[in-house]
Amino acid sequence: MDFATLLQVLDSTVRLATPLLLACLAGLFSERSGIFDIGLEGKMLVAAFFSAAIAAATGSVWLGLLAGIAASLVLSGIHGLASITFRGNQLISGVAINFLAAGLSVLIAQDWFGQGGRTPSLVGGGRWDNITLPLAETLSGVPVIGPIYAELISGHSILVYVAFLMVPLTWWILFRTRFGLRLRAVGEAPEAVDTAGVSVVGLRYAAVGICGLLCGLAGSYLATGLQAGFVKDMTAGRGYIALAALIFAKWRPWHALGACLLFGLLQAVALRYQNIDLGGLTIPVQVMDALPYILTVVILAGFVGKAIPPRAGGEPYVKER
Amino acid sequence: MDRMPAWADAILVPLISLLLAALLSALVILAIGENPVEAFRLMVDGALMRSTGWGYTLYYATNFIFTGLAVSVAFHARLFNIGGEGQATLGGLGVALVCLYLPWPHWTLALLGASLGAALFGALWALIPAWLQAKRGSHIVITTIMFNFIAAAFLNYLLVNLMKPAGQMDPATEIFPAATHLPTFQDMFATEASPLFRGAPGNVTFFLALLACVAVWLLIWRTRLGYEIRALGHSESAARYAGISPVRIIVITMLISGALAGLMGVNTAMGEAERLVLNATEGAGFIGIAVALMGRNHPFGVFLAAILFGFLYQGGAELALWTSIPRELIVVIQALVILFTGALDNMVRMPLERVFAARRRRARRTPAE
Repeated sequence: MDFATLLQVLDSTVRLATPLLLACLAGLFSERSGIFDIGLEGKMLVAAFFSAAIAAATGSVWLGLLAGIAASLVLSGIHGLASITFRGNQLISGVAINFLAAGLSVLIAQDWFGQGGRTPSLVGGGRWDNITLPLAETLSGVPVIGPIYAELISGHSILVYVAFLMVPLTWWILFRTRFGLRLRAVGEAPEAVDTAGVSVVGLRYAAVGICGLLCGLAGSYLATGLQAGFVKDMTAGRGYIALAALIFAKWRPWHALGACLLFGLLQAVALRYQNIDLGGLTIPVQVMDALPYILTVVILAGFVGKAIPPRAGGEPYVKER
Repeated sequence: MDRMPAWADAILVPLISLLLAALLSALVILAIGENPVEAFRLMVDGALMRSTGWGYTLYYATNFIFTGLAVSVAFHARLFNIGGEGQATLGGLGVALVCLYLPWPHWTLALLGASLGAALFGALWALIPAWLQAKRGSHIVITTIMFNFIAAAFLNYLLVNLMKPAGQMDPATEIFPAATHLPTFQDMFATEASPLFRGAPGNVTFFLALLACVAVWLLIWRTRLGYEIRALGHSESAARYAGISPVRIIVITMLISGALAGLMGVNTAMGEAERLVLNATEGAGFIGIAVALMGRNHPFGVFLAAILFGFLYQGGAELALWTSIPRELIVVIQALVILFTGALDNMVRMPLERVFAARRRRARRTPAE
């Protein structure tokens, strides 16, 4: 593998890791507050559809982004209603949201565009432009560093940079602000937060809302950044991979970045090479597909460091009387 | 704490949830510019008014009975087995191996062998998540989701690289030998005079599903193991105090659950396709969740809910054929059913409990006067 190919694979890793990272951080906020969310997939999917649909209709990718976020927030609201207000089973609610998204996105796409459950291909202002960072052109002549800067770091859409900036921001919010402390506390010991006179319900709704916002960004990037338009089931299990990355990262922001880049790399390699030949030993493409899930099971099994979820995760909070 | 009579809990709550789901579905149909009444009439006509329609409805229902039972058995031990999809995939593989590589003289013996293969492979696929939950505390929901994806990749690899006959394009095994073909409803019930169930995939596996319902009922409410499963589901600490080993029960429950999900492979691979194809489960593993929730984890409830979803599936296919409503409408209805009967259960239950509590208070006051 020469240097140019390596750069291309890494470049594609960054692009593929972006939706994973946004969804993973979304799950991080929700699960740190004690609300399990296996509906990341569904929220990304509706966001992908609505951002593509509105971008196609108006020609503005920004309006599309807003629509995607709004749609994702609606599903977040349903999840909050079911799991916070009505103290239902959070896992079942997540499953329902995934199916709701899978069904509604195709149903509405068929009704609006009549193209077999997809949106028209986006052109021009309907997609995110790639941003060329300053000096990328001038520096590209410099050996090694030049191409890395010009190809790998520069030339992505704005949401990619937003995603990567979200990592330190998430860390700062969770570990350096009062809101973050309370949010983590409500995921570990909601009764303590309640005793301190802070609203458990309010905090959890806030976390679920942030989760919806970030899933909206993830879905929007998928349909208007990574690809040009919505197709049926386009998230293709990314929400679950993000969930796997979250466990892999043991619910920590910087580790989430590492996990998402790793899983993005696996996707990029699987996309570029069908079967990998390692001198006689061939690794079939399906192994690359399954690797994120296998790694997660290994981590969950606790053989390589134990993954311990927030203590109050999945438990609806009932005030003592 | 029992504020509601048993009948209200078992029938009224799911019925109201179902009505809410139906109402919202009707609104969805209205929103995309179709007539809900007309759509419902088409669905009934296509799924229930002809024997062929019933043949399809019961075929789908057979799948959903197996996956619904799988989810509900696990629910009794308070385990959420979301991995029915993967277990059914592996069940199909078990069926294919049994049918392709063992010689069978007659379909009855083949059915027996294939059922064993399907149950064994399905159970094995549930074994690792079960063991990890029981021994290492790894959350079974996450591990079974991961195993669904691993199963899909695994089957994809097997079909594309190993089991596909040379020269064939689509990733599927060759057709199973003729001796293993199961009799369809048409073979069983159609006569010269009345050609019933023509071309429908419903087959003898349906009766196997009915047997499974009875067996699960016996297991849960008439055996010592079933008692232990329910005890663990109600309170782990109490079960432990009573000398029940949680590890043993979790593993056994998940093995049974996986075996039930795996049995679905008999219906899809042996009964319908007569070969193993990619993605034969078509989401039935997930529909099992909706079926178990609606059926209140009781085999008879699961049976009824499976018939309902079979009807929705077949009716949905008819709708897609005759109107501009795509098949995904069924996915929406399925989501609404899961949402209302599962996650938003308390939304229906809380007001109802209040109504019953008020009635009881009034009833108590009257004789005192």
